[in-house]
Amino acid sequence: MLFNRKHFLDLKSLSCDEIYYILNSAQKMKCTLASKKYNTTPFLKGKTVATLFYEEHSRSKLSFELAAQNLSAKVIHLTTSKEFTRGESLKDLGRSVDQMGADFIVIRHPMSGGPHYLTKYVQASIINAGDGRNENPSQSLVDLLSVYEQKNHFEGLKVAIIGDIMHNRVARSNIWGLTKLGAKVAIAGPPTLLPSKIGNFVEVHNTITEAIIDADVIMTLKIQSERQEANLLPSINEYMRLFKLDNNRLKYAKDDVIVMHPGPINRGIEISSEVIDGDKSVINMQQMNGVAVRMALFHLLSKGGLNYDV
Amino acid sequence: MYNLLIKNGTVLTEEGHLEPLDILINQGKITEIAPDLSSEGYYTVDATDKIVIPGLIDMHCEICEPGYEHRENLVTASQSAARGGFTSITCNPNTLPAIDNKTVVEYIKAKSVTDAVTHLFPYGCLTKGCENKELTEYGEMQLSGAVALSDGDVPIQDNSLVRKIFRYVSMLDMPIIMHCEDTSISNNSGIHEGYTSTRLGLKGFPVVAETMHLVRNILLSKEYHIHLHIAHVSTKESVDLIRIAKAQGVQITAETSPRYFILEETMADHYNTFAKVSPPIRTKEDIEGIIAGLKDGTIDVISSDHKPNTIDSKQLEFQVASFGFSSFETAFKLAYTHLVSTHQLSLKELVQKMSINPAQILGIHKGQIKAGYDADLVIIDPNDTHSINPNDFLSKAKYSLYEGIEVDVNITNTIIDGKNYDYDL
Repeated sequence: MLFNRKHFLDLKSLSCDEIYYILNSAQKMKCTLASKKYNTTPFLKGKTVATLFYEEHSRSKLSFELAAQNLSAKVIHLTTSKEFTRGESLKDLGRSVDQMGADFIVIRHPMSGGPHYLTKYVQASIINAGDGRNENPSQSLVDLLSVYEQKNHFEGLKVAIIGDIMHNRVARSNIWGLTKLGAKVAIAGPPTLLPSKIGNFVEVHNTITEAIIDADVIMTLKIQSERQEANLLPSINEYMRLFKLDNNRLKYAKDDVIVMHPGPINRGIEISSEVIDGDKSVINMQQMNGVAVRMALFHLLSKGGLNYDV
Repeated sequence: MYNLLIKNGTVLTEEGHLEPLDILINQGKITEIAPDLSSEGYYTVDATDKIVIPGLIDMHCEICEPGYEHRENLVTASQSAARGGFTSITCNPNTLPAIDNKTVVEYIKAKSVTDAVTHLFPYGCLTKGCENKELTEYGEMQLSGAVALSDGDVPIQDNSLVRKIFRYVSMLDMPIIMHCEDTSISNNSGIHEGYTSTRLGLKGFPVVAETMHLVRNILLSKEYHIHLHIAHVSTKESVDLIRIAKAQGVQITAETSPRYFILEETMADHYNTFAKVSPPIRTKEDIEGIIAGLKDGTIDVISSDHKPNTIDSKQLEFQVASFGFSSFETAFKLAYTHLVSTHQLSLKELVQKMSINPAQILGIHKGQIKAGYDADLVIIDPNDTHSINPNDFLSKAKYSLYEGIEVDVNITNTIIDGKNYDYDL
C-alpha cells in the first residue's frame, strides 16, 4: 500500500514513494488516454465529483472535470463567487456539497489552508486545486511528470525556477516536491517576489544566469502587471531585461536542458518566443499531462491507496 | 467586608523571603502578619504546604464589555481572571462604545463594582473610537478613574497624530501603552514572517513591523518625557531597543506574555488558528531574547494578553480567523512553570513582574503583602502538576493553545478584598 490517503492537499506532506506512485499511475492513465481505445474507463462509476472553485476561468477546473468524466464519475460544479461574497462560510458551503453526496470535492480557494480546513468538516475526499499562495499540488505533479518523462529521475538534477515565486503556488509546490525527490532547486527573481526565508529550502540567486548555470530544467513563471501596480516591481521592462529567459541566457544551462512554463505565458516577457517554440521547450507537453495526473489522483484516492494496477 | 485568617502558609514577604507566617485580614485590609496568630473569631483558610503571594495585576487584557458580551463580559472575565490569580485587571479600551470619554470610564467603573469579582482599572482611548483620528479627553478620563491611555491592539499609524498625543499627554502624569505594529507591512497577519509562514504559504508579520513603531514611540517618549509602556513585546530586536532606551534614560517600561517566551512559530503548523495572535508567536532566538530581557529587567511586566473570542471565529480559514485566545487562567501557571521551575526567575522576580511592577506603573496602591494594604492575595500550590484543560475555564472562550500542556503549580485560593475564592479543584 503506497498511497493511503483520504485527501490530497499538498506535496509538503507526501513521501517520495507516494509521489513516484502517483507519477507511475499517471503514466499508465496517459497510456489509456493515448490508446483512444475507450472514451471512458469505469473506475469512478457511481461516484460524484464536485468542483468548488472560488476562481473562475480556470484550465485546471476543466482538466479535473475531464479527468473525472473519463473515469465515469458524475461531475457537479458549484459557482462559488456569489456564495462567497454573500458571506456563507467555507465550512457551511462545504458541508452542503458533502450532504449532496459528493465523494470528492475539488476546491480552489483564495486563502492558504482553505482545503486543509475543510477536511475537518466533510466526509468527502478533498483535492486541493490551489489554495491562496500556498500550493497547487496537482499542477505541480503535472510538472514533475514532465520532468520525470524527460529525465527518468530527479536525484541530482538542477532545477532553476525563475520569477514570481511568492505568488505562484505551483512553483512553491514544485519546490517542496523537487527537493524531496533529491533535485537541487535554484531560484532567481526580484527579492520582492521571493518568500521570506526561502533560502532555508533552496538556493537563492540575484541573477537568472547564476540560477540557470548547468541547469537540467528551467521553469519560468508568469509575471503579472499587478505586481508593478503593487510596487513589487519598478517596471515590466526592467523585469524583461533582468529575468527573461532567451536563447542567449539558455546557453548557460546544460545542453539537454528542458524549459517549462505553467502558463498562461506572457510571450516575450518572462520567456522569449524562440525559447517557447524551441527544441528545449516541453511547455505544450505539460498541458497534455494534466488530465492523466488528475485521473490518477481520483483513482488512487477512490481506492483508498490499494496497490491497484491501472 | 470579611475577617479572615490565612494560617500555616509560607508567605512571600516584601523583602522577597519565603517565611512561615499567618496573615490576619480585617474589613478587607491586611492588619497583621506574624507567626502563629490566633484564629478565634476568624474564618480560617489553611495554607499548609502552600505559598501566599500578592494578588496579580493584569496590564493587558480584553473584557469585551460593553459591546462584545458574546465573547466575554465583566462577570466571566473577572471570574476567569480571579481563577488565574489576578485580583486586579485592566481593560483595553476597544470596546463598543470604546472607552473614549469619562462617561464610559465611569460606567465601567460602576458596573465593575456590581458585576466583577476583581478590581478593575480601565484604560482610556488615545483616539476617539480607537479610530486613529481625533484626540480624546485624556484629563477628564483620568479624573474619572482611567489609569492609563491606550488604543488597545489598534496601532496608530499616523506619526503626526502620535506626536500630538505625546505632546498633549506630557502635561498629565499618565502612562501611554502602545501596541507596536506598522500595519502597512504587517499584512494583518497573525503569523511570524519566516520559516513557517513560507511553508504554509501565508503572508507573515515581519519583525520590523514591530520594531519600526517601537523606535518611533521611543523617540517621541524621549522628546516629550512621557512614560511609555510597550505592550506584548514579541521580538529579540524589540528587547534590544528597549534595553538601549532604558540605558539612555527614556521613561519606558515593557511587557510580554507567556506565549512569547514559551512558544515558537511552528505552533501555527496545520493552519492552527489558535496560534493566530498579534503580534505573532516568533522564533527560538526571540524566546531567548525575551527571557534575557525578563532576567535583566528590560521587560518589567508579564501580562496575560487575554483576548477571548467565540470558537466560531477561530474555526475558519487562517486568513480570516480572529486573533488571540483565552489566557487569564493559564498566564501565571505557565510563567511559573517556564520561568520559576526552570530557575530562570525567582518567585519573587515573577511576582515583581505580575504584581508589584504593574501596580507601580499604573500608580495603584497594590502588589504588597503588608499591613494597611488591600487584602488581595493568591495562594498557590507549587507541588500540583496538572495539564491545562480549557473545558474547566470560567472564561466564555473555552479554548486554548495550551490545551494538554503540563504545568507544575496550581492556584488554590484567590482572595480579593479579604473575600476568599476557593479554586482548589
